[in-house]
Amino acid sequence: MVRRRRELYNKEICACSIFGAMNRDGDRFTGHDVITAIANMHVRGNGLGGGFAAYGIYPDYKDYYAFHIMFTSDSEETRRAAKCILDAYLCQNFDIVYDEEIPHDEACKVSHPPLAWRYFALPNKKGDEACLPDEDYVVKKVMWINSSMENTYVFSSGKNMGVFKGVGYPEEMADYFLLHDTYRGYIWTAHGRFPTNTQAWWGGAHPFGLLDWTVVHNGEISSYGTNRWFLEMYGYKCTLQTDTEVITYAVDLLMRRNKMPIDLASKVMAPPIWNAIDKMDAKKKKLYSTLRMVYGPLLMNGPFTIIIAHEGEMIGLGDRIRLRPLTAATRGPMMYLSSEEASIRLISPQLDEVWTPNGGEPVVAKLNSKKVVRDEIFPLS
Amino acid sequence: MRSFLFPEFQVIRDEVKCNQCRGCERQCSFGTHIFDEAKERMISDDMKCAACQRCAIFCPRGAITIRPTPSPYRPNLGWSRERIEDIKKAAETGGVILTGSGSDKGFPIYWDHIVLNASQVTNPSIDPLREPMELRTFLGAKPDFLDLKYDGSEVKIETEISPNIVIETPIMFSAMSYGAISYEAFSSLARASKEFGTFFNTGEGGMPKDLREDYGGNAIVQVASGRYGVDAEYLNCAAAVEIKVGQGAKPGIGGHLTAPKVTPTVASTRMIPAGTDAISPAPHHDIYSIEDLSMLIYALKEATNYEKPVSVKIAAVHNFAAIAVGIVRAGADIVAIDGIRGGTGAAPKVIRDNVGIPVELAISAVDRRLRDEGIRNRCSLVAAGGIRCSSDVIKAIALGADACYIGTAALIAMGCTLCQKCYTGNCNWGICTGDPKLSGRLNPDITTQRLSNLIKAWSMEIKEMLGGMGINALESLRGNRDHLRGVGLNEWELDVLGIKGAGE
Repeated sequence: MVRRRRELYNKEICACSIFGAMNRDGDRFTGHDVITAIANMHVRGNGLGGGFAAYGIYPDYKDYYAFHIMFTSDSEETRRAAKCILDAYLCQNFDIVYDEEIPHDEACKVSHPPLAWRYFALPNKKGDEACLPDEDYVVKKVMWINSSMENTYVFSSGKNMGVFKGVGYPEEMADYFLLHDTYRGYIWTAHGRFPTNTQAWWGGAHPFGLLDWTVVHNGEISSYGTNRWFLEMYGYKCTLQTDTEVITYAVDLLMRRNKMPIDLASKVMAPPIWNAIDKMDAKKKKLYSTLRMVYGPLLMNGPFTIIIAHEGEMIGLGDRIRLRPLTAATRGPMMYLSSEEASIRLISPQLDEVWTPNGGEPVVAKLNSKKVVRDEIFPLS
Repeated sequence: MRSFLFPEFQVIRDEVKCNQCRGCERQCSFGTHIFDEAKERMISDDMKCAACQRCAIFCPRGAITIRPTPSPYRPNLGWSRERIEDIKKAAETGGVILTGSGSDKGFPIYWDHIVLNASQVTNPSIDPLREPMELRTFLGAKPDFLDLKYDGSEVKIETEISPNIVIETPIMFSAMSYGAISYEAFSSLARASKEFGTFFNTGEGGMPKDLREDYGGNAIVQVASGRYGVDAEYLNCAAAVEIKVGQGAKPGIGGHLTAPKVTPTVASTRMIPAGTDAISPAPHHDIYSIEDLSMLIYALKEATNYEKPVSVKIAAVHNFAAIAVGIVRAGADIVAIDGIRGGTGAAPKVIRDNVGIPVELAISAVDRRLRDEGIRNRCSLVAAGGIRCSSDVIKAIALGADACYIGTAALIAMGCTLCQKCYTGNCNWGICTGDPKLSGRLNPDITTQRLSNLIKAWSMEIKEMLGGMGINALESLRGNRDHLRGVGLNEWELDVLGIKGAGE
């Protein structure tokens, strides 16, 4: 057997502020309020990472995959060279309909900004890959680029949505990427980061995205090693050594590939305790026991709250013993999720409902519907 | 022929304390203590002493001390006392030197070079006395995906799930056969398993009929090369079936239960004539290849109506990782890996002390290999052989094991002192013997309590360590090497274990 080197990665440890806002009627709004809200939680971050995800921002190209790609290097030459290699790769594997540098404000003082480019493209599947579904094909290519290409990192790869992130406070990122009024989206999620180590890297900021799934996360996952090996068996390459990355892939595996609704997926990531399962009726007991038995390695252990978003849906979820804060609120068609209630009140002083979700209970905001899932998942008659 | 051996141990009797009650004489089945009728006092034959300490503990006056004798030979680093005396033994008998228990040689114990993590600041540690801490574990094959059907508001699992067994703690009792150990010891293991919600392994000696109904649900029945006591009823009375291919203490060879230990009840359980040697062959004579193993696995699944997981136990040898992958592909639901420090009732000393590899390296390598092949969730891994404490268990799990078998530790809980004389059938502690006078010394009620206490204590300790790491369910530690660091290990050892060095 060939000896394999042990991995000497440094897992990133961080605490954070998270915020999400959704208009459930699908009306699109600018990022201004969300930026105000996340800026109010300034002290929960330390200026080493901030970012936003916005849905519904590219109506003109809504049928195309929007790739946001960063070329990281201090040398202009290296960045251009990396882009040349990537351009060639993308041209071989996709039909690109439009591409441009992501608009930004050069005057903004941010540290070491990478070259950030966006491409709108459709898969150009050939050979053995022709039979792959589009989404699997895109995931495969994104994984390949992120794990094999130097200085190149795909940080957003969904349709009609985009991630904007980097090193700095979230409000600085908003200024840099001109988020106050350039884009209009019906979901915005935001993140301010407090990493304990100083290896700040633009790609390491949140949100993390794969296809149109994005995750912003506050916490530290003690089960990282277990979650990671399980996901790697399904073809995910964990290149970033962050907890958020494994959560993103777990969500993709459960909700996209396994087609689980969030009600069930949340019970995989934050399952009820065995004592509670043992007291359920026979059918429910069987379902929950089987979920834990089969997907035990995807249990996210340790403190976390996350806001997951994808087309038409925004979800808040905390760990099963609620070690990180999450507040949910509604006002008319708007639904808010935040680390702190004050941030919600700042942009919407009047609220219809405000509550603190229980650990392991997802809060789901869907287009044109409101579904707050408390302890029950589906009534199993 | 006069023996040129020196006594290994010395019996020191405090003549002031000793009141010549002759208790030690009754306790010692090896005949170490003799009453000198003429002088009316106890004397000892040190040559016969195995240092089992039975007499010392049971002497009502505390008058006996047993201690190793210093080497009588001229100091010689090349020719140790053990080497010299082994040669003398061979020269005097012309036979293979037998021994019992696990290897006592100085192979590195990697457990002692691995340290655990704990939470500080960025995530909270969890107090197991105040919050739930879950150790429940499923052993068996899991599907890659669950196919769920949503029928209105109802969720249905469409995937057919392979049978799994459930344990409430990741500790099971390793294979120790009835015959090798006494009925009292065997039934105590069965009772303690049931009490705690774990499993005991019958070993290759069959399952006494009177235990089947009550304890079959907590039994893993073994099918070994001798096929002792195997029939449909035996297979179906249990929760799982295990094919024993190899044993860590003696990889590559079979077993030998000497004729005196084959009492009528042992004989009927094993379905062999009483008073005959029970010799199990080195290989299974119907398994000469992986496809033969696959046929046996499916034959056993057929015989048990696909209702029970089938385990395959192998000794950790050089190519075990590739072999284990083959075993999983051949249809096994559980793979048990037994390391070089695993125990035995009887094995040639030369095999016990030289063949195999440590289980720490084996379990880590096989876990990584199965993950690389993408089939890790198609089986469960059980680590065995030299698990000495709760921290060994938790480290094994972080290296990729689903659960551990303990054998030697369970014997010690019952009273064993590792005197290594199991093969003689004269166990003074009543564990490894067929002699009713000796086995009667075990009170199954008390022994069950001791075993169950051990598992309870270790489980509590595991919960403490888990909580310290900020983890409240054992499944989140499985294969989670992030929580381990090596101390004092070479680069290649860290590579094989897949862990970072401390401070890295």
